[in-house]
Amino acid sequence: MFDREKLKEIARRREEWEKGTLKQALDKLGFKREDVAKQVYTPLDIENFDYTRDLGFPGEYPYTRGHQPTAVPGTIGLDDRIRYSGYGTPEDTREHYKYLVSRGFNAPSIAFDLPTQLGYDSDHPLAEGEVGKAGVALDTLRDMEVIFEAFKDIPFDWMRPNFTINAPTAVILSMYIALAERQGVPLNRLYGTTQNDILKEYTVRGNYIFPPEPSLKLVADTIVYCSHNMPGWNVMSICGYHYAEAGATGPQELAFMFSDALAYAEVAIKAGLEPDEFLPRFSFLGGCGPHFFREIAKFRAARRIWAKIVKQRFKANDPRSYLLRMPAGNARYTFTLQKPLNNIVRGTYQGMASLLGGTMGGGNSTPYDEALGLFTEISRRVADDTPRILILEGKMGEVLDPLAGSYYVEALTNEIEQETWSMIEKVDSLGGAVKAIEKGFMQQEIARSAYQYQKEVESGERTIVGANKYQVEEEEEIKAMEFDPTVKERQLKNLAKVKKERNNRLVESTLKQMRKAAEGRENIMPPTLEAVKAYATIGEICGVLREVFGEYVAPGFI
Amino acid sequence: MARRERIRVLIAKPGLDGHDRGAKVIAYGLRNAGMEVIYTGLHQTAEQILATAAQEDVDVIGLSILSGAHLSLTGKVMNLLKERGMQDKLVLVGGVIPKDDIPKLKELGVAEVFRPGTSMKMIMDFIRNKV
Repeated sequence: MFDREKLKEIARRREEWEKGTLKQALDKLGFKREDVAKQVYTPLDIENFDYTRDLGFPGEYPYTRGHQPTAVPGTIGLDDRIRYSGYGTPEDTREHYKYLVSRGFNAPSIAFDLPTQLGYDSDHPLAEGEVGKAGVALDTLRDMEVIFEAFKDIPFDWMRPNFTINAPTAVILSMYIALAERQGVPLNRLYGTTQNDILKEYTVRGNYIFPPEPSLKLVADTIVYCSHNMPGWNVMSICGYHYAEAGATGPQELAFMFSDALAYAEVAIKAGLEPDEFLPRFSFLGGCGPHFFREIAKFRAARRIWAKIVKQRFKANDPRSYLLRMPAGNARYTFTLQKPLNNIVRGTYQGMASLLGGTMGGGNSTPYDEALGLFTEISRRVADDTPRILILEGKMGEVLDPLAGSYYVEALTNEIEQETWSMIEKVDSLGGAVKAIEKGFMQQEIARSAYQYQKEVESGERTIVGANKYQVEEEEEIKAMEFDPTVKERQLKNLAKVKKERNNRLVESTLKQMRKAAEGRENIMPPTLEAVKAYATIGEICGVLREVFGEYVAPGFI
Repeated sequence: MARRERIRVLIAKPGLDGHDRGAKVIAYGLRNAGMEVIYTGLHQTAEQILATAAQEDVDVIGLSILSGAHLSLTGKVMNLLKERGMQDKLVLVGGVIPKDDIPKLKELGVAEVFRPGTSMKMIMDFIRNKV
């Protein structure tokens, strides 16, 4: 795209500038050339830039400029998403959601407590102290019914709930299906997401139950089931976000996310599906870190890389198979405990990067008291208004991919793409994501990056305003939400009531069917649906699966 | 003063919390500072933690908790510690801990609580001064 002769002239002029204007300025300031990192980008940094090859148009291969050809007009997406939340008992969460629905939000994003995420009932010994803390306590279908009472005026085929659930995805998905069936909504009219991304649990999130092989079998079951029955459902949200939170660099985040996606695609294909039967329902979750321009470039590179992967490795025909549908949340690890109002600024500039980088629903922001606990009304309002201001006042969403053509951003996009490919190749050479996880490769890479980050913070090389620089002595601490000590007692009462009122013989028979299906490696969804409808508990269902599949024990510390 | 050449530290993840970035970073840091570090991995019960602490004959037990269950989990560990006569071990807690809970943890016998913003150096210095 750049004329060779013109490039030579620019190179000549750059050298003159370095030796003349720049050197004079540096001399005056008392700096040497080596003290100053690269600050100026020119066409020379993207010599081989080819618009149609590298960028193309939004909504078309290679999707660098965006996965959709048009920005959604109006305020859609700015008004209706309930922030990821959930706490206490289902009744507590229902009231919380009811309040938010009255404020105009209608799409639940449910956080489940740790016992639920790990397939334990609220009365399990290991649930001690954890019931209703990291999210809502859920034991049976009854609990899901209670939560969804908050949305009784919203038709099921209109809602797009998000369930952050991984190991017991089949259980939670079955509960939602059971509710939909009661409403008479056909399965092919259900839209929403189950995170269902077990591989990242082994590496960076820790909420795994079974070993990788049976876990991937369960994932395949859900993909097959949804591909046949729920074509509108995002059967997985493959996450790069948590890799970044654990310390991964941008290229590591993308490479590990894509490697996990490839592993899931592999099991789906082994289960007999064609790529176009499942790729359109793979969604992703990214994170937006602190380096403003690198993050924008990272999102552009991510779309291009996935498109190339789908073309090269799957040769998909359906254009929807190529889309990297990926919202990006703020990097919560950057949100400080100290001087928390500063987190509003972090939420804002990271929201801007998400938006300018073209991520889905760009501009999301995290409440400023994130480091302390579940958000308050005030902190939620500021976070909700942030993307509204960026888009409606700042007009930052009006033009797609506005930084395209910037020498800097295009150079960064190329650089991040190259680094990501290198890392994908490394994982490939180890035999793919599952083998890499077994060997501890991803875990080691991330731990090293996290350690490097911490060393930079402690040496002062990396500034965190308010935490390692510009600190204040005494600070009035913002009150986190008080935890209600009666939660466990109330949930145990709920659980006891369900167990008393249900048909225990039916439960037993459905659990027998679960065991049979698990042992026979049949699709786990149909028997799970039956068990859930009989009000079997998540602990009972996962207990059977634990007996059949065993539990994962992480390799010793690397 | 250290009883032996190298201070031995157990970094433990009690309960169901899966966030281990901090635990691993601290483990690396202490190891690079010359301490012997054992990391338990995730989903540890109090029994498992104390069994490892006894087996490895550690000087320090560091509990990393970011799930909000710090009071109940720490309480379990401290009770078991007393039962087994292992109170000579220095117990530290790190994680997402509200300010108001720090005195409660100390009442349980925790020597110090390290919240977000703590440096590896702070922990190293504290251990060196106390062991």
